[in-house]
Amino acid sequence: MIIDHPLLGPRDSAEFTYFGAATLMDRPTPEDGPKAMHDYVYLRDNPVGLHRELWYHAQGDRSWLVVTRDTMTQVITHVELARDVATAKAGCRS
Amino acid sequence: MQVMNVRLPGALVDTAQPLNFTFNGKKMSGFAGDTLASALLANGQKLVGRSFKYHRPRGIFSAGSEEPNALMTLHDGAATTPNTRATVVPLIEGLQARSQNHQGSLERDLLAVNDLMAPFFGAGFYYKTFMWPAAFWEKLYEPIIRKAAGLGALSDRDDPEHYGKAHAHCDLLIIGGGAVGLITALVAGRAGAKVILADEDVRLGGRLLAEQSTLDDMKGSAWAGQALAELATLPNVRVLSRCTVWGTYDHGIYAAHQYTGYDHPTNDGAQSLLWRIYARQTLLASGATERPIAFPNNDRPGIMLAGSVRAYANRWGVAPGQRVTLFTNNDDGWRTAIDLTNLDIEVTAIIDSRVQCDMTAPEGVEVLMGRTVANTRGRHALREIRLDNGRKIETDCLAVSGGWNPNVHLTCHHRGRPHWSDELAAFLPGTELPPGMSVAGAAAGQFQIGAALQQAATECLGALQKLDISATAPALPKTSEASYNIHPLWQTGKGRAWVDLQNDVCAKDIQLAHQEGFRSVEHLKRYTTLGMATDQGRTSNVLGLAVMAEASGKTIPETGTTIFRPPYTPVPIGALAGPERGKEHRPTRLTPAHDWATAQGAEFVESGAWMRAQWFARPGENHWRQSVDREVKATRNSVGICDVSTLGKIDLKGRDVATFLNRVYANKFAKLAVGKTRYGLMLRDDGVVMDDGTTARLSENHYVMTTTTANAGPVYQHMEFCLQCLWPELDVHMNSTTDAWAQFAVAGPKSRALLAKIVDSPFDVSNEGFSFMACGALTICNGTPARLFRVSFSGELAYELAVPARFGNALAETLMTVGAEFGVTPYGTEALNVMRIEKGHAAGAELDGRNTALNLKMGGMTGKETDFIGKAMGQRPAMQGDDLPRMVGLKPLNSNDVLNAGAHLIENDAEPTTDNDLGWLTSVAFSPTLGHSISLAFLKNGHNRVGAQLRAWDGARGKDIAVEVVSPHFYDPEGGLQRA
Amino acid sequence: MKYNAWNIFRQGLTGNRGWKEAWRKAEPKPEYDIIVVGGGGHGVATAYYLAAKHGKHRVAVLEKGWIGGGNAGRNTTIVRSNYLLPGNQPFYELSMKLWEGLEQELNYNVMMSQRGMLNLLHSDAQRDAGARRANAMIMSGADGALLDRDELEQNYPFLDFDNARFPIKAGLLQRRAGTARHDAVVWGYARAADQLGVDIIENCEVTGFQITDGHCTGVETSRGPIKAAKTAVCVAGSSGRVLAMAGMRLPIESFALQAFVSEGLKPVLPTAFSFGAGHFYVSQSDKGGLVFGGDLDAYNTYAQRGSLDIVQDVAECAVAVMPSIGRARLLRSWGGLMDMSMDGSPFIDQTHIDGLYFNGGWCYGGFKATPASGFCYAHFLATDRPHPVAAEYRLDRTMSGAMIDEKGQGAHPNRH
Repeated sequence: MIIDHPLLGPRDSAEFTYFGAATLMDRPTPEDGPKAMHDYVYLRDNPVGLHRELWYHAQGDRSWLVVTRDTMTQVITHVELARDVATAKAGCRS
Repeated sequence: MQVMNVRLPGALVDTAQPLNFTFNGKKMSGFAGDTLASALLANGQKLVGRSFKYHRPRGIFSAGSEEPNALMTLHDGAATTPNTRATVVPLIEGLQARSQNHQGSLERDLLAVNDLMAPFFGAGFYYKTFMWPAAFWEKLYEPIIRKAAGLGALSDRDDPEHYGKAHAHCDLLIIGGGAVGLITALVAGRAGAKVILADEDVRLGGRLLAEQSTLDDMKGSAWAGQALAELATLPNVRVLSRCTVWGTYDHGIYAAHQYTGYDHPTNDGAQSLLWRIYARQTLLASGATERPIAFPNNDRPGIMLAGSVRAYANRWGVAPGQRVTLFTNNDDGWRTAIDLTNLDIEVTAIIDSRVQCDMTAPEGVEVLMGRTVANTRGRHALREIRLDNGRKIETDCLAVSGGWNPNVHLTCHHRGRPHWSDELAAFLPGTELPPGMSVAGAAAGQFQIGAALQQAATECLGALQKLDISATAPALPKTSEASYNIHPLWQTGKGRAWVDLQNDVCAKDIQLAHQEGFRSVEHLKRYTTLGMATDQGRTSNVLGLAVMAEASGKTIPETGTTIFRPPYTPVPIGALAGPERGKEHRPTRLTPAHDWATAQGAEFVESGAWMRAQWFARPGENHWRQSVDREVKATRNSVGICDVSTLGKIDLKGRDVATFLNRVYANKFAKLAVGKTRYGLMLRDDGVVMDDGTTARLSENHYVMTTTTANAGPVYQHMEFCLQCLWPELDVHMNSTTDAWAQFAVAGPKSRALLAKIVDSPFDVSNEGFSFMACGALTICNGTPARLFRVSFSGELAYELAVPARFGNALAETLMTVGAEFGVTPYGTEALNVMRIEKGHAAGAELDGRNTALNLKMGGMTGKETDFIGKAMGQRPAMQGDDLPRMVGLKPLNSNDVLNAGAHLIENDAEPTTDNDLGWLTSVAFSPTLGHSISLAFLKNGHNRVGAQLRAWDGARGKDIAVEVVSPHFYDPEGGLQRA
Repeated sequence: MKYNAWNIFRQGLTGNRGWKEAWRKAEPKPEYDIIVVGGGGHGVATAYYLAAKHGKHRVAVLEKGWIGGGNAGRNTTIVRSNYLLPGNQPFYELSMKLWEGLEQELNYNVMMSQRGMLNLLHSDAQRDAGARRANAMIMSGADGALLDRDELEQNYPFLDFDNARFPIKAGLLQRRAGTARHDAVVWGYARAADQLGVDIIENCEVTGFQITDGHCTGVETSRGPIKAAKTAVCVAGSSGRVLAMAGMRLPIESFALQAFVSEGLKPVLPTAFSFGAGHFYVSQSDKGGLVFGGDLDAYNTYAQRGSLDIVQDVAECAVAVMPSIGRARLLRSWGGLMDMSMDGSPFIDQTHIDGLYFNGGWCYGGFKATPASGFCYAHFLATDRPHPVAAEYRLDRTMSGAMIDEKGQGAHPNRH
């Protein structure tokens, strides 16, 4: 597959390490309770179709990317820097 | 037997270049331009192999990669290559070819007796028998079956071939170098597009080389030569011959394999290339493959595909028979009779199953419309055929055409399904093509060459438009049109009619599968093995489907479809692996002081990608234990040095590093003082220990972390995840510096005295000036920058000293020189391991990805208030409680007993069962300090069982040793030495 | 008609006209006691044991396509019970014992061939872990042996002992392990279940669950609604999408695992074996093909295909450990959907929805588990209690923390 890195352009996915669903960015706080942490660590949507997921550019600039990919066609529709996504979310929280 | 040293006129072989080869040891000759198959035919060799199950005599059936019969073993010794299709092997001087799958000679195969058993060897018969008695399957039945099955044999020796890999990018990948592929390459190439044109044949031109029809009044081969000559002038066009595109992967990645000299086992350099082609657009021009008709005894040598018969005559100048008969259900088959007649080869008759057609037979050739072949005769070669009306015709070659199947394979690799055309009686590419792919020519079901070229131009312009490359429509060559007009005939006659020649699947087998309910295409294939042979059913799949459709009274599309997966044709596994084998299988990492260690006589061991010194043998030591014991004693008595550069090292800077570390480590890190180092325990978010190491605070906002060797990469990735994805608000900047620093443990009571000799003043290494767990940046040896950490893995007074990598080797040598007065001793990973076990430090075997802080008896460290990775999930109920395993020490009751890691702990009177399993031994060592074997272990309720006597049961190695549970801290449990 | 040599002989003489359908082409009835959703190996085995061991005959297996068309039809056919952890090993050893009598029980030759399975070990640490595992196997009643280098060189001369990047130090051999003809397992169970009255219904896709007030009373299918007191989902790689119809999120993700087969070769492997310094395992089929596989493609997918990267990685590992394999050719490859769980171990359990049961999370180890999975799932469905050897395969273990993590990789399904 080819991942279109927002900063570096199209790169072979072999340069990246796959991590998992982008929900792993939504780590609950202790106030959310252990059930929330359990669901965060263990449960997945595992959808057919569009899937937001995390890739790490291990053989590149070591950035984390949020990739939106169709799990049936493998078409990638969107690639973002995870730091931007996380920062935007943090901004929403505050 | 007539040997054709003279070829028919117009042959594309170089008769000035004769080539000698052998077949089953028999000397034969051919010419440059021949394939092994054309040369065998020219030498009159009709019988070339035996079928898989019934061991029936078989001859060459086709002229291309679809060949089911003519499988050869080439070369000898380590270069032995089994299962090679003679039809795709260019003849070379000295080629050795042998037939396969017979016991005894090819002519007198002992297993031919299987053919007599055919009534009992029907589809799936083996599922119904060989069950009694149960033990006989492995002992009797299976060995017989296995020996009879299989095709060629591997040499058992290391493959001597050179395999290369190549990557290429292009605007347009054209798959197939026939007329359609060539015209496309010309259009795109002239427009300036970056083009790759790949064809599986050694010579491009496709069917143009096999037909007598003309383009622009030129012979097809001449037209192809002209096109190739122009392409050679275009620097943006790369032509890859003998290169099969075998797989369509996601996002326009294509896998191709090119033989660059695989037939020359003595050549130097890469002889086979695995191409990984990144294509923005792709045009599939892979042509079509002819299919046979199933009629009784249709498998004899001399019965061939009609298009292949004329290919042998037209391209290689070889007549596959002296009296050729044609059996067809379409107009195209007639071309074989016409071409052969033009070459003065006798054609006895055209047998056409259709009632009528508009073709005109060549003069003197009898036409039998509405007739079919009902049976054949001839043991090792065809002698006679019998028609459905009982008439017999003497013939030595029967050319059969059941129609043509477009080569849609690559359109299906993304699970696209082909669709059925009643008009062509064939599957065409479906609507869901892999992104960026278009199809033209016979591969798209366009069998008229003029229309195919037009289609190619249109598809090519469309593809270029998507790439924003402007191009002009080409002037297309003048073509002569030939009709097709197929009226399907799939099977005829009574008796065994072969559908899959290689796997010996007959129409009756398919009918039996239907009778037994194996009606879905996949059940059919699996039950009968239809299409599962090395030709992947190229000539049999559609025919088999048609036979099933007739059995079930359904149409072919109702019955099912055939889809395809990579590879299009078989690919050598060595080519897929490329040069990544032997010592080059994976990269090797050497530490900066590798040369020093080598000079010191190190015995190295693989540690992940690293090579690490295990021990340093000294003269007179002939067992590794002697070396290791000496290294341990020398370190504990004076001073030793050990290269620990492989530890992961991570530089952290920023205002929020303390906050960050306090979240990623399970123990407290918020208040580490400048100039201090702390042990850190890192968990996964499921509460299990991920890694441990130390982190030093060199200055207010500058920290240096070490990880274990194995987890250097994963820990770094994990922390980048935490920073970028969880806590982007933290001001922390990280860099992996594992390779930037060489690091040495300097351990033992004399380590301080040794260091004092190399640190530059005014750095103070006294216990007061640089106490236990201190750290600092300094210079050594008159100005070399360095970092010093007072940490101890051995339990001794010890330091780790780091210098920039380029000074690593020199530092090791310097330490040896200045430490000579203390008898400084290099020690390797074994001594390191012995000392850490003596000290009771957990390492790889204890940090196995299942243990928690509680298991490691470090539960007390994780009690901090604030959140950290792994906190919440580590508190789950099944991860608490006395009954869980705890790390303990073990010593044998009899001090001469040697403990084994991997033994399990059981009570003295217990049977070794899963229920009685109390724990296991993780790390063992002979302790030269204590004079006996010691072990770290995990033991249920271990923290309450110190003093208990148990057994270390090691049934796998026949040992059972009485042990006593002790503290894991065998050496200096109070820790006074490391603080001294 | 019973399958035996006499009947083959008799049928052979009379044109094989007497053989009946291996299983009936059953039409769905409006109601069953138990519906098994998914006609893979585990599904048909479950139905067979429900009928054979628990007297449940009003049972249907609903299959979207053709039975055995998922991972049962696409795997590397290795059967073994060489697990480490007490939550797993007794289960797989039960499975092995069921395999050992399967042909006679089903009257179907599944070609169970106990030729052995060898795990190569390439470091002291791997050898220690191998010893721990061998002992755990023996303690569970299975067999396990550690082979040293000399024994390996004698029996596996084709391995790279001289020039390997990661030298072979030892091997863990289970002699009772082996291979079985994967398709035949499904057909054998289906035929035997059918003869006990089970309806095997192909081309019947479940499109929804009938759930009211937390109670599942049946399913909607492409061939109409079907009622059942108990609905037993058993759909491997499709677990996520099927259970999503019941509103459930699972500790499972779907990944593609590629498998490969070479052209036929004369016998070369004495046993199946696996490389320990990379991802590669291989067995040889009775037809002579080398059947091999390696690592997962790392990303979630429902597409039954993988990447070229993995093809190359597997080939690199193959040639690294067995240099002579380079001259064999890859004939076919395929990609199966794996239901990868968070700890690499499966589930056989009821769900929080009354009447809805779940069997899944087999990762890429489901084939060898087929008999025990069916046996224990049938036990659960018939008794509403877990079978003792499957007692740890509960859905609540992620909540309790009683994980069964053979590889020690934590909650990352693609690393197991």
